[in-house]
Amino acid sequence: MVTITLLLFYQLCGELLARYFELPVPGPVIGMLLLLLTLLARDALAETMEETAEGLLKNLSLMFVPAGVGMITHFELLGENWLAISIALVISTILGMVVTALTMKLLMRSNRG
Amino acid sequence: MKGEIFQLWVYLSATPLFCLTATLVAYLAAVKIHEYFGFRPIFNPVVIAVTLLVVLLSVTGMDYSTYFDGAQFIHFLLGPATVALAVPLYRQMRKLRMVFFPLMAAILTGIISGGISAVYIAELLGATTETALSFAPKSVTAPVAMGIAEAIGGLPSLTAILVVTTGVIGAIIGTRLFDLIGCNDDSVKGVAMGVTSHGIGTARAFQVSSEMGAFSGLAMALSALFTSMLLPWLLTLMDYL
Repeated sequence: MVTITLLLFYQLCGELLARYFELPVPGPVIGMLLLLLTLLARDALAETMEETAEGLLKNLSLMFVPAGVGMITHFELLGENWLAISIALVISTILGMVVTALTMKLLMRSNRG
Repeated sequence: MKGEIFQLWVYLSATPLFCLTATLVAYLAAVKIHEYFGFRPIFNPVVIAVTLLVVLLSVTGMDYSTYFDGAQFIHFLLGPATVALAVPLYRQMRKLRMVFFPLMAAILTGIISGGISAVYIAELLGATTETALSFAPKSVTAPVAMGIAEAIGGLPSLTAILVVTTGVIGAIIGTRLFDLIGCNDDSVKGVAMGVTSHGIGTARAFQVSSEMGAFSGLAMALSALFTSMLLPWLLTLMDYL
């Protein structure tokens, strides 16, 4: 219960900050950064939050289901262009992954050496 | 008898309880199927659950907004779950400090290569500018991506679908692709997963290891941050806006 309250509280703080300063960043992301800072200042808190946080993150897939079902509203557009859309998404995803992974790997190696 | 069943359905379809329960049942069934096939990435739980629910909605003729009235309680959990990413991230703090610079550079190059290539390919294959622009934020977590799509003149609802599809694609091909390019560091794999496939990739990354999950979550958060700041500027540079 403490963990759930804290998570919602930090999300709320994040949303308020994002609104007030008109940040392009979503509230929950700011909430995450705020919670991280708090955890760094108070190590014991991580222990308390561990179990609930882990349980929530274990079921992260579930939370994308409602948005995913939204594809039903775009069936026509998707039906006509599914091949082009798939090609664009698959190629750009592969490209993005390879570029990200290789950049990080190369820089980590040169950092060490 | 038939009339009674119809009456019952009228009652059920009007309460959020039905769609909420249906979503949870579909998800649990999807997890079981995923488990049954030995956790093979191709049997992605999101894909299976969405398919089951799309079939349910098509058969019953229920529209999406009625469905979402019930399912929104689950959708809402995305917020607290994003905040909760701070916990595994805190556990990886020591490693994070060590790889901070490579990580930032990797996220930036990943955003640019993934986003821009998607817009180019979509246009090359004949998409209208509006549709092509909807591709640009497809690697960012759904709520942020929709906001960005709106700001750059894409279609937010189309972007939401592209986001979920991209996440699923990344979750399915990710681990195999990393093997293929000889990448075996969980922090590197996590970052590449989070940059391209946001939360759905992160969910997959947590199955591999909590280190990969933590880095994927961080990469997802940072790429949401950077993409919302960089993308409008990049597209202007490319003469799209």
